[in-house]
This record gives sequence, structure tokens and C-alpha cells, in this order.
Amino acid sequence: MIEFRTVTKRFPDGTVAVDEFSLVIPARQTTVLVGSSGSGKTTLLRMINRMVDKTSGEIEIDGESIYRLNPVKLRRSIGYVMQNSGLLPHRKVIDNVATVPLLNGVSKADARQGALELLDTVGLDRSLADRYPSQLSGGQQQRVGVARGLAADPNILLMDEPFGAVDPIVRAELQQELIRIQRELGKTIVFVTHDIDEAFLLGDQVVLLEKGGRIAQEGTPAEILSKPANDFVATFIGADRGRRALSVEVVNGRNVVVDADGRPTGVLQ
Amino acid sequence: MNFIVQGIQWIFDPARWSGPGDIQSRILEQLAYTFGAVAIAAVIAIPVGLLIGHTGKGRDVAVSLSGGLRALPSLGLLIIFALLIGIGFKAPLLAFVILAIPPVLSGAYAGIEAVDKRTVDAARAMGMTEWRVLTKVEVPLGAPLIVAGIRSGVLQVVATATLAYFASGGALGVFIDDGLATRNYVELLGASIVVTALALILEGIFALAQRLIVPRGVTAGQVKDVRTRPVRSRSTMGSPIQEGK
Repeated sequence: MIEFRTVTKRFPDGTVAVDEFSLVIPARQTTVLVGSSGSGKTTLLRMINRMVDKTSGEIEIDGESIYRLNPVKLRRSIGYVMQNSGLLPHRKVIDNVATVPLLNGVSKADARQGALELLDTVGLDRSLADRYPSQLSGGQQQRVGVARGLAADPNILLMDEPFGAVDPIVRAELQQELIRIQRELGKTIVFVTHDIDEAFLLGDQVVLLEKGGRIAQEGTPAEILSKPANDFVATFIGADRGRRALSVEVVNGRNVVVDADGRPTGVLQ
Repeated sequence: MNFIVQGIQWIFDPARWSGPGDIQSRILEQLAYTFGAVAIAAVIAIPVGLLIGHTGKGRDVAVSLSGGLRALPSLGLLIIFALLIGIGFKAPLLAFVILAIPPVLSGAYAGIEAVDKRTVDAARAMGMTEWRVLTKVEVPLGAPLIVAGIRSGVLQVVATATLAYFASGGALGVFIDDGLATRNYVELLGASIVVTALALILEGIFALAQRLIVPRGVTAGQVKDVRTRPVRSRSTMGSPIQEGK
């Protein structure tokens, strides 16, 4: 469990990225922070592994303040996956994946063995182990990034728009893969995105953020869809548009679901 | 053209290669100044450059300082040092160290600055200490530019080390001084050719070193040929089509 208590982040230039933010992120579930740029979602994510330090407030993991820990130690215990994979270009795939276990003092042989198994977990062929990141496709690099995030078997996995830079087909693949991995491993995932569809697809909880890290609404996707808290949320999730605004028409005695444009999308069973 | 031939003949004259003041000891002196000065400059400037590149602090100071140092005339500096600490090899060496510091310093911080900030950020987020970020990520990836700075320092000093004779410091300038004094232009030219050859050889070695030091992963993904191979591997024009056989 990760708990933010009235956390504020003011950058040296005076901008307030996050203002008195409080949130409880439950363990072993996926929580998605979603919002447009300037909503402070990435700042919030990076505060969890102290890549960004708070100005005031308190952040706890399982009831313990993260500010009591050495930031380097803290980061080694938390997986981190970023948009551009962030792989070290001068190290082979397997060494990239094994980075954190090696930092934690695992023997080289064990770290490499673990890394090979992780390649299986994220659906990469072991023959790619000796390639360099630049020799992989964007989607493959992102899978390596996920494997690296999981390498130290952390309880928490932070994902900062990890699928933002790959094409829609690969993104859909990676999303399904993440859902599968999460079903197997049950990590506490904090996922940042600006894509509401991705948020609803992946999130057990979705936290919709307005400017300055203000929570517009938090809840399960169904809760948010069924009862948008205000106009901002309704607009952001597109409640009145396209395939979110479904209605039922009776055709040939059956209930046909049609979207806002009147196009049929399916039949109620 | 004739002069150049004579100059080359002067270099390979057996008399040049024996006895006191032979050419090989002058070449060695020239090289000793070069590597001595650049080594000392590197010991001073590389740690400072790495620190500036890593922290991003003090960059402006470094830029203006190395700009200022670059503007100092080496000959004037050498003579001032000779007046201060006496003639011999120390005064020229000191002047050459100051000559070599700006390129080595700017190579070092430019090398670190050129590393993709997102890669550095990811390394830190994984739990690398600052020292590890520097030594395992920034230095290997910035190495080509760091070596380029050393290369540029070596090149400047190897050419300028000719001035050492002003402080009675030996090296190949001795022949040039002698040639000027006795109006022996062949000697003058011969010594200049040796200096030029040394500079070109060192340049070649460093150019090679700079290529070899690029991390393999960085070169591995580069697309070398943007053209795809033609579908037809040979011309099909003019070969008769034989139908109906």
C-alpha cells in the first residue's frame, strides 16, 4: 500500500506541480493516474521512488515513510518502466535486465539466469538476450524495459506512459501482455497515462487528475463511467460521445446496442 | 619542390641520426612534451570536466575560463614561465599544460552532457548511485567526445612543442632555431616536415582510438545502408524471351 498525505511539490521556478495531494494506492492492484499534461501525474509517480522530492507532506509505503530510507536503496526495491524504455544502449539486453539484481549483490550467473527467465515472462525470445537495445523494435525494447522493472522482484512497479511511443497495434499487444503478467504476479502497479481508454483497460482503480494534481474523481472504471463526478470528468472520459454513449434499440425483438452516432456495436445477451 | 626533397634528404641523412643532438632524441623530447603536458592536463581537466558534465554546475565558469585560456598566446606564456622559474624543460611543459587544458576540459564536459538525459534518468531510477551513473553510464557513452578532447589537446601541443627551444627546452624547435640563425632553410624545412609528420601520425592514431571507443551497442543499431537491394539482381533487358519451346 502506498499512501500520499497532503503532498505538495513546488519546483524551484515556482510552479506548483502537485498541491496538497492525498491518495491511498492499494496493494497488489493496478492504479492508473490519468490526466492531461500539467496534471502532475508523472511528478506524483516519480515521488514514489524519490526521483522527485516532495516540498511538504508525507509518502508512506506499507506504513513506513519513504523519507527514512536511502533513496538509492528505495529505488532498487521499486521497479520503474519509462516511455522510451530507458535501456542502457551500451549494454546487451540480458545485462540491462540484470542491472538491478547485480546492484543488489546477486551473483552474475544468478542474475543472468533470472534475466533469461524474465525474457520468457514478458514474451521475448531468449535469442534476443545478446542483442543490443538499438537492434530491437520499439515494442521489443518496451518489453525489455518491463522485464528490467520486474528483475529485482519488486512489490511495486511504477510505469510512466510505458506504451506511449509505440504504434497502436503494438500498444494493444503490450497492454494485453501487461494484463496477463499482472494476473500472474499481482504487483502493486502505479501506471501513468493520458489515454483514458488505456486507463479503463488496465486500471483496477483509476484516478483522474486535473491541473496541479487535484483529484477530479477516483474509483473503478465502472464507477467513473456510471457516475462522472463533474463536467470535467464527463468530458475527459468522453461520456457523451461515440462508443461511451451507448443506447439500446429493439430490432427484431432483440436489444441492439448502438453508439452515439447510431452505429450498432453489439447485441445484449 | 626541390626544397621539399632536400628537406626529406636532410631528415634521412645518417649524420642526423647519431651523435649529440641527434634527431631521434629531439623527436622523443617533442613527444615527451606532448604526452607529458596532455597527461598532466588530463589529470586536472578530466575530473573537473566530468564533475561539470554530471552536475551541470559550473559550466559557464568552465566555458569562459577555457575560452580565456585559449586566448593566451603560448609563446608569451612560455617566456613568462621561463623568466619566473628559469629555463629548461619545466617552463615549456607548464605552458603546454595550459595550452592542453581547454580542449581536454571541454571534451570531458561536452562528452557527459551529450549522453541522453533519459538514459541517465533511467539509470538513476533503477537505483544506481551517482558514482555508478557517472562511471558505468555517462563515461562509457561520452567516451568518444572525451577522447576527441584529448586528441585535440595532443594535436595542439605536438605542433606547439616546437617553441620549447625559446626556453632552451630542446625538442624539434632546436633545428628550426638553428636553421633560422644560419639561414639553413633545408634544415628549417626538414624539421618542419618531421613536426608535421608527427602531428599526422598522432592524429591518425587518435582518430582510430576514437572510433574504437564508441560502445558496441551504439554502433550496432545504426543503419549503414539506407537503400534496399534491387529486386532484380541483374539486368533482364536484352535477354530474349523464348516462348513456345
